[in-house]
Amino acid sequence: MSRLAVRKTYKLFIGGAFPRSESGRSYPVTSPKGDFLANASRASRKDARDAVSAARKAFPGWSGATAYNRGQILYRIAEMLEGRRAQFADELGLGKKAALESVDAAIDRLVWYAGWSDKITSVRGTANPVAGPYFNLSTPEPTGVVAVVAPADPLLGLVSVVAPVIVTGNACVVVAAERTPLPAITLAEVLATSDLPGGVVNILTGHQAELAPWLAAHMDVNALDLTGVTDADLALRCEQDAAENLKRVLGPAGDDWSGDPGLGRMTAFLETKTVWHPMGV
Amino acid sequence: MTTSLADVASSGATLRAFLHGLPGVDRVGADQRAAMLGTRSIKTTAKAQAIDLAISMVDLTTLEGADTPGKVRALCAKARHPGEGAPRVAAVCVYPDLVHVAAGALAGSGVKVASVATAFPSGRSSLEVKVSETKLAVAAGADEIDMVIDRGAFLAGDHLKVYEEIAAVKAACGDAHLKVILETGELATYDNVRRASWLAMLAGGDFIKTSTGKVSPAATLPVTLIMLEAVRDFRDATGRQVGVKPAGGIRTTKDAIKNLVLVNETAGDDWLSPDWFRLGASSLLNDLLMQRQKLATGRYAGPDYFTLD
Repeated sequence: MSRLAVRKTYKLFIGGAFPRSESGRSYPVTSPKGDFLANASRASRKDARDAVSAARKAFPGWSGATAYNRGQILYRIAEMLEGRRAQFADELGLGKKAALESVDAAIDRLVWYAGWSDKITSVRGTANPVAGPYFNLSTPEPTGVVAVVAPADPLLGLVSVVAPVIVTGNACVVVAAERTPLPAITLAEVLATSDLPGGVVNILTGHQAELAPWLAAHMDVNALDLTGVTDADLALRCEQDAAENLKRVLGPAGDDWSGDPGLGRMTAFLETKTVWHPMGV
Repeated sequence: MTTSLADVASSGATLRAFLHGLPGVDRVGADQRAAMLGTRSIKTTAKAQAIDLAISMVDLTTLEGADTPGKVRALCAKARHPGEGAPRVAAVCVYPDLVHVAAGALAGSGVKVASVATAFPSGRSSLEVKVSETKLAVAAGADEIDMVIDRGAFLAGDHLKVYEEIAAVKAACGDAHLKVILETGELATYDNVRRASWLAMLAGGDFIKTSTGKVSPAATLPVTLIMLEAVRDFRDATGRQVGVKPAGGIRTTKDAIKNLVLVNETAGDDWLSPDWFRLGASSLLNDLLMQRQKLATGRYAGPDYFTLD
């Protein structure tokens, strides 16, 4: 007797939970050839608002965790991803070999960023010489809540934009790639089982043009990563809206994620704090 | 019922008979009605008006052991000017020893000074202490007194003691308005909430208030619904209008608007004014101001741009 398959409902990932969109909307996701794959939630501006609140709530705990602890959790995400290699390879909709290579690259990227968690401060911080009996130290600190528009590459691209944001202690709200959102929600299942505190990463699926402007204008968002925005007008409008509360903005970028990531994506969402300490007694 | 109201408090037995003769509350029905009214959708211009009305009804409250004169003055400044274009709040609520600070900071602004009294929040003290605390607060300049009832006596069935205490404090208030805190979170049943509401109104309270804010659950919607029904029925029976003040646990604009819907649908729009309905809160005001700004600017507001209190 054949059994009835249990099919997955793709939902959002907000505050560590998997709610449907408050708007009740969804949109069909198709393979590159045009075959129907699944319905994904179509997030509304209110889901974006809720995601920002969840990220804001998670930020003090996550940025206050030790760099060592954050690195361990990123490493744990890589572990969990490794255990689901086959599932992700299936979902990517590439050839088998290319898909596995892409999943492996995503896992390696996480491990690479995990290693940076307790090193970035030494590389980007300085002890400044001053003319007085003081220590003068500059240290990089996380910016706060970062809104990220993820690029089209559904796994490697997503991991490459999220990992550098959270490894330094930021919390983020991610708008997943519009045409290929399904691996992002499966990645959320990985994040939810990796000891990553709820709310540090929130993933919305839906229309970029509908969500990005609300996040760009939101006064409780501290930085904006427009990497995945393909429409130049939308990117310009988002940058203008972001200026209202002086968000840090990272502009749109290409979609080749195979190269050396460099430190740029981490340092874009760090701010340097300089403190004077009286020396000794 | 009207004929007997004048002398229900002539003895413990008649008072008890009256309070226990009040119709029982249908718990499931009350929960459902409150939940149903909570689903009303208030948008755009109606929402803007509701937000401004809610701001004008806020009793901005600070009741912490760590309250300082400086904190009270900062709160008073916020009460006078909550935000650009926003109406001022109804009152500032403080402990009795800080009333003079608030009265000084609010002089001439139209914002009332409210003070808790009567051994707040437990109410566990003698009547002499409660009456003299009330007199001190009034002498220091309080326009409104928030008293707590003796829940121990109420739950033990000594309704007359509670009645006489409220009446004595009311007498000590002089011209000041008296708000009677029922502390519904400790009354156990909705029937008790209805009885305590009537008891407080019969004894002369000008307002009935849900909670001290120190006990959870505080102001839930069904409890507010029952109290609004009580003030409506009391006015029908006696012609005297009594106000309602939910306090504690109201933190979001959505909660505040749900309360306003409840007032309009239960007691009627006679109560939709700061003279007859108040919201006891501290963190609510910032959320109202943030929503107000969202409506004005079209962008979501952030807490970084509002005062910490």
